[in-house]
Amino acid sequence: MKCTAYRITLLGVSVAAAMVLSYIETLIPLSIAVPGVKMGLANLVMVFLLYKLDWKHAAAVSIIRVLLTALLFGNAASLAYSASGAALSLIVMSLLKGSGAFSSVGVSMAGAVSHNAGQIIMAVLLTGTREIAWWLPPLILSGIVTGLAIGAVGAVLISKIKLKTD
Amino acid sequence: MRSKAVFGGRTRPKGSLVISMKNRIRNDIILALALLLAALAVWGVVSLTRKTGEYAVVLINGEETARYPLDKDAVVEIETEDGHVNTLVIKDGEASVTFADCPDKLCVKQRAIKRTGETIICLPHKLVIRIEGGGGVDTVV
Repeated sequence: MKCTAYRITLLGVSVAAAMVLSYIETLIPLSIAVPGVKMGLANLVMVFLLYKLDWKHAAAVSIIRVLLTALLFGNAASLAYSASGAALSLIVMSLLKGSGAFSSVGVSMAGAVSHNAGQIIMAVLLTGTREIAWWLPPLILSGIVTGLAIGAVGAVLISKIKLKTD
Repeated sequence: MRSKAVFGGRTRPKGSLVISMKNRIRNDIILALALLLAALAVWGVVSLTRKTGEYAVVLINGEETARYPLDKDAVVEIETEDGHVNTLVIKDGEASVTFADCPDKLCVKQRAIKRTGETIICLPHKLVIRIEGGGGVDTVV
């Protein structure tokens, strides 16, 4: 891919957008009875990059976002949770997109659910408590709902926003 | 063709199956239903295996540090290694966390627990309150 300056700018803007979305998310608490329920707004940026560029660019932005968000708003534990969630989510989304069998809405939904699953896995490992897996049902449900919503918005962005690299 | 573009059909990777947008949306729905079923299955297993417990066990970093009988009301200050504090209250056979000095206070928002295997978890403090005993069935997930 050419136009390097354009690409660097695009990735910078993507990181900024993902950070702002992560921050907005902390202002709207959804976790009532079940911890970890959130909208996953930052996934919007990942889905967009995955479809407009490729998984490598999405991964780069995701890593920087996770590190910066932990530095600014979190701690070591929250870094572990968001890193495991982000990693699993991106792997699943890349594979499902590569399979060609799902639309970007389905890919986003799978990404949201696997983000939650990744956090649960990390929580089980960190606390040594298998019972945390009991939070899976509500987290799967919230992942389906938020993933579909984010995916629907993402599909519009993917079609409306034209990049030079298209 | 417009709906195809809206759902990101433009970027089909090389070597992948050529599947129409209609079928992709059908696959999305199948995937959503499969995930729903998985959630239901886990929920079913959880609710079928739960019994009222006997003890509230305090685990810090996954290791048991104390246990309190559920049939005796108590208020306990739990201090973790790094000096953080949670307040555990046992009342009417149920355990709940009423105070925590962590920023998100998710453990305080969680409902009181009394069934074997139920947990209240404070992720920032790596603290787990778990109900044990009752029926002799250990927690199996």
